[in-house]
Amino acid sequence: MNDLATHRVLALHLGVLALLFLAQFALPEYHHTNVARIMVLAAYALGYNLLLGYTGLMSLGHAMFFAAGMYGAGLPVYYLGFGAAGALGAGIATGMLLAAAFGLMALRTSGVSFLIVSLMFAQAFYLASLYFNEITLGDQGFILSGKLAPLQLGGTPLGFHEPAVKYNAALLLFAACFLLSLGLRLSPIGRVLIAIRENEERTRLFGYDSFRYKLLALVLSGGLAAAAGASYALLFSYVGSTFASILFSIYPLLWTLLGGVGTILGPLVGTGLMFYLVDIASGITSAYLLVVGVVLVALILWFPQGIMGTVRAKWLPWLP
Amino acid sequence: MSFGPHLFLALLEGTVSAFVLALTALGLSLVFGVMRIVNVAHGEFFMLGAVLAWFCASLVGTPVAGFLFALIAAPLIVGALALAADRLVLRRIDYHPEGTIVATIGLLYIIQQAVLTLYGPEARPVTPPVYFILSFPWFGYSGYKLVVAAISACLLAATWWLLARTKLGLYMRAAQQDLEMAQAFGVPARRVYAMVFALGAMLAAVAGVLVVPIQQAHYLMGLDPLLLSFIVVILGGLGSVKGTVVAAFVVGISDGVVSVFFSPTLAKIVATLLVAAVLVVRPGGLFGEDRA
Repeated sequence: MNDLATHRVLALHLGVLALLFLAQFALPEYHHTNVARIMVLAAYALGYNLLLGYTGLMSLGHAMFFAAGMYGAGLPVYYLGFGAAGALGAGIATGMLLAAAFGLMALRTSGVSFLIVSLMFAQAFYLASLYFNEITLGDQGFILSGKLAPLQLGGTPLGFHEPAVKYNAALLLFAACFLLSLGLRLSPIGRVLIAIRENEERTRLFGYDSFRYKLLALVLSGGLAAAAGASYALLFSYVGSTFASILFSIYPLLWTLLGGVGTILGPLVGTGLMFYLVDIASGITSAYLLVVGVVLVALILWFPQGIMGTVRAKWLPWLP
Repeated sequence: MSFGPHLFLALLEGTVSAFVLALTALGLSLVFGVMRIVNVAHGEFFMLGAVLAWFCASLVGTPVAGFLFALIAAPLIVGALALAADRLVLRRIDYHPEGTIVATIGLLYIIQQAVLTLYGPEARPVTPPVYFILSFPWFGYSGYKLVVAAISACLLAATWWLLARTKLGLYMRAAQQDLEMAQAFGVPARRVYAMVFALGAMLAAVAGVLVVPIQQAHYLMGLDPLLLSFIVVILGGLGSVKGTVVAAFVVGISDGVVSVFFSPTLAKIVATLLVAAVLVVRPGGLFGEDRA
């Protein structure tokens, strides 16, 4: 990629981050919290997209990484009195370790088998979070407010319940995951991952150890998902096994497909759109998950490239 | 109750649930074996069978007539629905393996949420068509459960007969072995695929009808049979009636025994991890060669 194109890409993506920063001053209160939530969930989708979009591995078990980050951060806060930074670190480490252990086993499979194996492991993780309910409090979950000490910034305490702190912390997390994804995509490693997605045999023939690259992508993907899960627990103060259920493995798939598989901006667009669709639908009917089903089928039938994928195909071929 | 009778009860319960599981899993297995696709919405066909059985029972006065009506009507309705799904969705994406999974996840939510809207969130019981107690020295056992086992056994035999002895079965086996060659010999692949998808759904629906007098009809009841069927199909090998039935008995009975003596959740965790391990140790393993 030449310099001009790189500049264009950087300008667009940094511009999106700047817009998100400025949006907090314009948004009404309700949408302010919603966008904070969307940014955290979009970080989760970014992690998912690393694996599906840039490595070509479709997983139905990412909820276990999200929940591992959540429990990895939430349990130490609840039982050991960890601070926010320590908890976030613990959450990410838990998710990456789980992803590494899972990858060493599951990456021996590919395609549909990988999908089923990931579903099975995630289901075992979910059931385990119910089984050990003396520690995890299972379905009911636990609340962190009151347990988590506020951040100290130059002497002023910053509590996570304050909307501005919540928003900017979410933005910081999202920006970190966003720039990491972009950096990886533009790096030589990213090109190898795309080569694996396109043709794994041929990539191996060039001398790349595809297993190690896929493991790296999986660990990074799990790490981002865990970072999102840990932040979700810290910012929204709740940890529960619902977040480990199958629905939370399907959500990032849906967000990524809707936004555009294999685009950096796609996960944000898809998460934001779907969040509001579900939000509106849940105001109308208790069967709001119908929207999830209809969008999935419609995407597969008529819109397989998603929003940003279509934008790339039609207007902006340089979009990463 | 002492250990012996306790174990006997566990084995009995396990055997009955194994029969129902065999029916459900056989549907999934046929679809996977012949069409090479994973139908994530399979559990919802099971749930639809159960909900339709409640509906039929509430339409017809006597339990026996309602049950017989449901046994015929529910699978037909579910089969028609599956035909529509095949025609409108799956055929259009050319049965692409991963696309099909995404599409059937979509179908899962569409069916489940439609039932939630039309039928509601309540769990509703259905009166068993026959009621007698089989008394053992240690406990009494519901006779209806044995009727379930008997009907399941008949249906399993009928499916085997369909596969082994009829022209449609021959087509199905041919399509499973080598689709292109089968087409070259004049097997109408599209029609066979549609029939297989409908047949798989109907097997799940029948299992749902049979189970509803034991276990109430609820819109979320499809997930457990789906996951158990996955486990059975992976262990039993694709599309083989014998493998599926054997695996259903291994899974059903051991699930019953472990659930009685330990915890149902622990039983599921162990089974799930075990199956994941089987898939990992045999990469592409019991699923045969990967076409993804």
